[in-house]
Amino acid sequence: MDDFTPIEDFISPGLPVDPANTVGREALGDPEGVPELSDVNCPDELREAIEASMAKYPDHKSASIPALWAIQRLYGWCTPEGILQAAAVMKVTPAYLESVASFYDLFRLEPAGEAQVLVCTNISCWMRGGDELLDAFCEAAGADRGEAGHGGALSEDGKVLVSGFECLGACDLAPMASVNERYYGPLAPEDAETVIGQLKDGSEILPGKALSARPLPGGDEESSDERVTSSKGPNK
Amino acid sequence: MSIVETRVLLRHASDPNLKTIEGYRSHGGYATLEKAYDEIEPDSIVDTLEESGLRGRGGAGFSMGKKVSFLPHGNQTKYLCCNADESEPGAFKDRELMQRNPHQLIEGIVIASYAAGIDHAFIFIRGEYDRQADILDDAVAEAYEAGYLGKNILGSNHSLELTVHRGAGAYICGEETALLDALEGKRGNPRLKPPFPAVQGLYGGPTLINNVETLANVSHIVANGADWFKSFGTEQSPGTKVVSISGGVKRPGNYEVELGVKLRDLIYGLAGGPLDGHEVKAFYPGGSSSPVLTPAELDLPYSFEAMAEAGSMLGSGSIIVADDSVSIPHMALRTARFYHHESCGKCTPCREGTNWTVKMLERVVRGEATPMDLDIITSVQHNIIGHCLCVLGDSMAMPVSAMVNKFRDEFEEVIASAALEGLPSTAGRESQEEGVEPGPGGTGSKVLERIRLQGRPVPESAQTAREELPRA
Repeated sequence: MDDFTPIEDFISPGLPVDPANTVGREALGDPEGVPELSDVNCPDELREAIEASMAKYPDHKSASIPALWAIQRLYGWCTPEGILQAAAVMKVTPAYLESVASFYDLFRLEPAGEAQVLVCTNISCWMRGGDELLDAFCEAAGADRGEAGHGGALSEDGKVLVSGFECLGACDLAPMASVNERYYGPLAPEDAETVIGQLKDGSEILPGKALSARPLPGGDEESSDERVTSSKGPNK
Repeated sequence: MSIVETRVLLRHASDPNLKTIEGYRSHGGYATLEKAYDEIEPDSIVDTLEESGLRGRGGAGFSMGKKVSFLPHGNQTKYLCCNADESEPGAFKDRELMQRNPHQLIEGIVIASYAAGIDHAFIFIRGEYDRQADILDDAVAEAYEAGYLGKNILGSNHSLELTVHRGAGAYICGEETALLDALEGKRGNPRLKPPFPAVQGLYGGPTLINNVETLANVSHIVANGADWFKSFGTEQSPGTKVVSISGGVKRPGNYEVELGVKLRDLIYGLAGGPLDGHEVKAFYPGGSSSPVLTPAELDLPYSFEAMAEAGSMLGSGSIIVADDSVSIPHMALRTARFYHHESCGKCTPCREGTNWTVKMLERVVRGEATPMDLDIITSVQHNIIGHCLCVLGDSMAMPVSAMVNKFRDEFEEVIASAALEGLPSTAGRESQEEGVEPGPGGTGSKVLERIRLQGRPVPESAQTAREELPRA
């Protein structure tokens, strides 16, 4: 690897790097061999979680995404060690798991802090100020705004990951953010500082703005339509 | 308000107990399933579904009953995949259905599996919906315990396993064959069709893939019959539809209505219309992949056939309203960036087409494009549509070309103002990615000529401002 040319120079000398061209990361050990379970020091809880997932599918390879989730839940991100351990349990190559991990946006291949804030910047949120919300989160957390828009940036203390994200499926909350996998919205830029503060002192995140507390927009009134009220199916 | 909701799927959805099996059963839940195992032949369920005309609620709108009937008969392992990936920008109806009433979906899955002789079903839910996946996990556990899932359901000889599978953040996995690859533990790349999943899908076996809302309708249809279902909606689009309305409206959210209601009633009636002081400028009628429509089309009925006739589509039933504060070229760029980010890279027209469309639209908002570039943008879109394994590329190409065609003047004005002032148009809000920097002017002078030829006013200060800017 001594004569390794950084890919950004190879692809577009002097030009901004296209985020689609990723360099990948250095493999730990032989990426093409199936590691032995006895060599990788796999924690029991990880092994058990992966084995439980493998049992749910007709083909054990289907457990690759659940296995990567298990690694991420245990270590905070998909560490090279974790990939090696999961590969040993699943009897696949680390390269295979790595290829899957690098495909999906929610798998982190770098340290991802203790808390994650994903700010939606897709069309509906963008119209309602999603970019400004991401600015505010970056400022409140002290995260790099440029990096945050390209896969995420850590706060100054390394504890909170702030990331712009594509549509999270909550356009009714626009502009919204997913904080530790729970949805909140609609958020004003001022809410960013509150959320970062709440993450730091471990208090409940914006209780009034959680998706789980949101009523149906059309209210609670049920249809009086006779076809509905006389229905014999569920929801009677 | 001239319109009311017709809540069938979302009925009692405000009741927090509906999530639990007792709550669901107290409203008549699982009675249809019990009746089906007791006295209805699987084939007659398939016939009822086909006769009801239920069309897929995930985007393509294909007849659900036909899909079931395509599965081969006979003794072999068959699979069902419920597509709960819902990653189309603008769509959030499945989230509501799963979060508020998970058992309605499970009952639909069990009945559909019984009808088609399926032994293993999966719910592929997007990884971002962690809370909803937790709710489903709990509901599935309850259903196993009650004997609605597992070996020999209710003493019949039909057994069904149901596995909730969480994705990990990839729009492409909503495409049915990419979903299968993801479920098999691979990168989510689409497959060549044919063979269609009904013949050769998950693990090579025949596979039925349906959207959450489609499957949620199944128990209602089986309980009440095809004619009851057809009494809602239009002839070609029977039933109710949960419509997600978002963007520049006062009351964004999910509304369940009969198909065929007027778009104006949806946007102005239920969703409260545009924010004060604004007007509707354009809207996506069926998620970000549908060609945008203009206020002139607000009086169309919201149905599969009317949307198709208007040159757009109903898709997943997600309306995104852009008000007059939104710059259409910036919206086109935001849309294109999404598809560029999500393209899996397997097919060249999509991989390169989304990339170049983003680059060209960036030149538009920087003022470095010429009007000819707008023609090139449209021709790139033509070269994507229909040339890939899946429709991800088409999903960018259709709305982008619609925007360029319907709002060409605005594109030209944005080029001109950005070029002349050396600044991105103030008409639009700035996009996050790439951080579009103020442009140096560039070829905007050609637009200036064009504006002069058309006799449109040119800002006086603009010319000097442009000359003062250094070239990159």
